[in-house]
Amino acid sequence: MSCFRLENVSYRYDKSPVLTGIDLTLEPGEILGLFGHNGAGKTTCIKLILGLMNPNQGSVSVLGGHAGDPQVTQHIGYLPENVMFYPQLTGREILNHFARLKGASLQQVPQLLEQVGLGDAMGARTKTYSKGMRQRLGLAQALLGKPRLLMLDEPTVGLDPVATADLYRLLRELRDGGTGIVLCSHVLPGVEPYIDRAAILTDGALKAAGDLAALRRQANMPVTLSLEPANSISALEHVIDRASSSSGLIIKTDSGRLRVDVQPREKMALLNAVMASGEVADLSIHQPSLEDIYVHFIGSGGLAHRGGSQ
Amino acid sequence: MNSIWTIARKELSDSLRNRWLMAISLVFATLALGIAWFGAAASGQVGYASTPATIASLASLGIFLIPLIALLLAYDAIVGEEEGGTLLLLLTYPLSRSQLLLGKFLGHGLTLALATVIGFGVAGVAIAVLVENVAIASLAAAMLRFIGSTVLLGWGFIALAYVISVRVSEKPIAAGLALAIWFFFVLIFDLMLLGTLVASEGQFSAELLPWLLMLNPTDVYRLLNIVAFGDTAQLSGVLSLGADLPIGATGLWIGLVLWFAIPLAGALLLFRNRRI
Repeated sequence: MSCFRLENVSYRYDKSPVLTGIDLTLEPGEILGLFGHNGAGKTTCIKLILGLMNPNQGSVSVLGGHAGDPQVTQHIGYLPENVMFYPQLTGREILNHFARLKGASLQQVPQLLEQVGLGDAMGARTKTYSKGMRQRLGLAQALLGKPRLLMLDEPTVGLDPVATADLYRLLRELRDGGTGIVLCSHVLPGVEPYIDRAAILTDGALKAAGDLAALRRQANMPVTLSLEPANSISALEHVIDRASSSSGLIIKTDSGRLRVDVQPREKMALLNAVMASGEVADLSIHQPSLEDIYVHFIGSGGLAHRGGSQ
Repeated sequence: MNSIWTIARKELSDSLRNRWLMAISLVFATLALGIAWFGAAASGQVGYASTPATIASLASLGIFLIPLIALLLAYDAIVGEEEGGTLLLLLTYPLSRSQLLLGKFLGHGLTLALATVIGFGVAGVAIAVLVENVAIASLAAAMLRFIGSTVLLGWGFIALAYVISVRVSEKPIAAGLALAIWFFFVLIFDLMLLGTLVASEGQFSAELLPWLLMLNPTDVYRLLNIVAFGDTAQLSGVLSLGADLPIGATGLWIGLVLWFAIPLAGALLLFRNRRI
């Protein structure tokens, strides 16, 4: 049973389309990164899965049921962007309240608060909490009742690096336990090592979805090699020139090293030739990162038309 | 049902925490005792006047105070959660919009009912104990009727506050509209009715006119507490129209119940169709 399955989903706000023809699924035990510029439709996607609104077209099934059904939402954990709580209540009182609403046991409340590092602050009113502490409380709230689908919108905002690492470790544990996790974030280098698949939205359409290897293939972006010549730069340059018959190869010299952009399918041929020549002392390979892939799919259209509301 | 109670319970504990419950009870008790003790001041003496006069005075003051307190208690029920950022989160829980609003109503309604029972109840007991020669049975009946109708009136204005709270998106606007509702029902309505009476110079259908009083819950409330003593001479101003109303106390009770049931149903409907 999939955690959620969006099929050909479209949603319009008033007359303007927010999402068009989205097909996206999440299986249990998977972490999906959901990326896109401001106003791309990430939050709308999440709201559809949460059952807060219904699509104008297409179908949304969540945990084998209908989005928004109480039996379904009971098994979903959600951390909204900029989570806020009742300022006059303590962290513990708030979590108790939400646990009762979710039908979750109240015994796990202190444990969860310990787990997110609020053990000492659970008796304090949340108006005294810092942004990071509110975020932790939001996380504890999302983890109530052992959710089978967890959706986190910018979970690391306000968290220090140690807390961020703790969070990702926790997400891995949950994933290994079979929870499906959706992660929305703009901190791409941060989430890159932790996601199994990525989905990239622009202007309400799904531009690409798949694991990083598949996205790299789809983007067909060059791999960058950085080579340190063993003898002379020109000799190494000569080897590279000969090895790569096709065009599109760029050679730049910087501080005595050579930088070569090579198409993925030609990478191995070039590497073999260079290694065989004995003209290289050191080399490093730079694969396109998630951020590179993201920029590739989003297009470098600039900020100007990306300012839409979410 | 469980989630309705969870929401209600939070509202109740909030009103204990911020001392609302205590403050309202105190205001009610002070008011009732003050009126009971100085009720006869107009006739030149200090002391308990009579049960009907005391209740009539209480009801006249009640129509200013009860709607105001109810509106203040409830105007931010939904819009406050929205501005606080918790509405969206609440709705992702296994909790329907109707359950959320009904839970709020239960919480606010119980707060007001408790304050009324404690405040006026204490005053009633004090009168029964301290005033000599007061007929306990008729005092108890009048107090029960007064407390019951006060609770219903308060619920009506809580429900009216919800109609605003689910519609607007900013708290100050909700507060302004709540005050406008208070102003309309408590001050404007009777003036308008009086104006219509005078301007129509008797042209207006004499059968229809008394029914117009039913359009204002505060008038229904006052009629209920005065007519019950069978002494229509106490009715002054536009309320004297009520003497011609062909429905008895039961009809007035039904009127008060409708005055909270219909706005509550309206608020539920508006909330359900609202976009989040």
